[in-house]
Amino acid sequence: MKGVYVMSRISATSSQTVNVRSLLDEKRSKKLKVRKLENIIPYLLLLCALVSILTTAGILFTLLRETVGFFSEVSIIEFYTGTNWSPWSGDFGVLPLISGTLLITVIATVVAVPLGLMSAIFLSEYASESVRKTIKPILEILAGIPTVVYGFFALTFVTPILQSIIPELSIFNALSGGVVVGIMIVPMVASLSEDAMNAVPNSLREGAYALGGTRLEVAIKVVVPAALSGIIAAVVLAISRAIGETMIVTIAAGATPSLTMNPTDSVQTMTAFIVQAATGDTTFGSIIYYSLYAVGITLFVLTMIMNLLSQYISRKFREEY
Amino acid sequence: METKNLKSRVLKNRVMKSLFFSATVIALLFLVMLFYRVFSQGWGYLNLNFITSFPAPYPEEAGIWPGIVGSLMLMGIVAVVAVFIGISTAIYLEEYSPQNKLSEFIRVNIQNLAGVPSIVFGLLGLTFFVYLFGIGYRLLAGGLTMALLILPIVVVSSQEALRSVPAEVKEASYGMGASKWQTIVRVILPAAVPGILTGIILSLSRGIGETAPLIIVGAATAIYTLPESLLSKYTVMPIQIYKWTARPQEEWQFVAAAGIIVLLVILLLMNAIAVWIRNKYQTRY
Repeated sequence: MKGVYVMSRISATSSQTVNVRSLLDEKRSKKLKVRKLENIIPYLLLLCALVSILTTAGILFTLLRETVGFFSEVSIIEFYTGTNWSPWSGDFGVLPLISGTLLITVIATVVAVPLGLMSAIFLSEYASESVRKTIKPILEILAGIPTVVYGFFALTFVTPILQSIIPELSIFNALSGGVVVGIMIVPMVASLSEDAMNAVPNSLREGAYALGGTRLEVAIKVVVPAALSGIIAAVVLAISRAIGETMIVTIAAGATPSLTMNPTDSVQTMTAFIVQAATGDTTFGSIIYYSLYAVGITLFVLTMIMNLLSQYISRKFREEY
Repeated sequence: METKNLKSRVLKNRVMKSLFFSATVIALLFLVMLFYRVFSQGWGYLNLNFITSFPAPYPEEAGIWPGIVGSLMLMGIVAVVAVFIGISTAIYLEEYSPQNKLSEFIRVNIQNLAGVPSIVFGLLGLTFFVYLFGIGYRLLAGGLTMALLILPIVVVSSQEALRSVPAEVKEASYGMGASKWQTIVRVILPAAVPGILTGIILSLSRGIGETAPLIIVGAATAIYTLPESLLSKYTVMPIQIYKWTARPQEEWQFVAAAGIIVLLVILLLMNAIAVWIRNKYQTRY
């Protein structure tokens, strides 16, 4: 069949004179059409890129809209100065949730910053290249473990161990949750600080060694100060992660909103409240539903401030070599 | 005096070195203990029955099957949405975006989105997908929420992959008379695919472990049928694990540990595939 078709085509073209110009024109117009089509492509791609902006706009819109709804029923002053949080009986003072979040964050920072920084110094200044290349990916496994697994670990392993040391510790407590949140953010502190230290040029180290410095002195007095902006940015970013952490504190720290700085108490964080309220039957438009967003926007603003601070520090105080 | 001073400095260095080393070891030790704990508790409950069963009121009969199916279906939605939008965004930012305020704004915005707590994405999904779009507590709402959550990671990793294609390759393509779009589709993308794929798999493995946003957009805790369509009720592995962990009886902890083993094995497989793709197909220029 195909042969017949080709034969007929050849006979057709040979019988007519081939118009080369028309073929060229045809080709050119086809090319132009393709080019025209290509001119639309950047706009289509831009449309996709705008999805991320829409997401941010959507977050701000939902948080603001529902929060405004909330503050039409509960006064904003009562919300931010009240010391009693029991939403199911109508008390909306958010301070206990904020103090719970702060307590967890402080404990996590106390655990993560020394461990993370010391690991970073070891990896960057002491470890050989092969050791560094083995340990760093293993540390990063820690960062990839789902938070629900950490929560399980905190409740069933860390809490019993802590209870054997501190007998009056309740099953749900801020200490265990905070420690495990700290462990979770160690890889972040270590990895980002190590990157910052690695970026310090070797000539600085060699200069300090030539002056007779020991490895420790070079690390503490030369490398760390030179990388300080990167290190602080890493720590601030990790703190922001700790503030927004949800599952570990929901599982291990309990659901008792209380204005306390005692790490052995059970506390409730902002994130844990959002989970608790959303798991229960929360009807659309009820006061509890709105309170989710008032707490959500507080959380969002807190983490956003930390993120912007981290970016500002790393941009503003960066030492260029 | 001089030598004594030197000796103490050297000693200090040695002491601190072992301190730094032990800090690293402590972090690693936590990982080891975590794995040990999970495996020692969950191994006894892990069998074929556990993997293929539905949730049950007795720990011996409980299973994680609907969670596995739900997680995989959810990731299917996420992959379709986030991959399409993510790669398009990355191509726009790397190849087309003019040097103007809008491009800069998109860039900064993506960086900031990556730092927003996942639970806030849950609130976004609750208002928009569950209520305003009227999807309800269904698979599609969860999938779209999760897609937005991992979108920044997909964009950033795709950008890095596109950037790693050297300029000479592009110029050669232009030199042969290819148009910009032809160069992108036939030269740059094929060269960047291993990097993009690795980034996508890693983003999906982040998504598969996420719990909080899905609780907010209403993934069910116990369902006895598999999700059949985009508008079915669903559950995912982390939520089943969370529910088992939250029960007071000790046996449920073992069930939770068994569930964690399944989740970790799936994550490990995904990561292994990502590393394999990177090592096997990445062209170095």
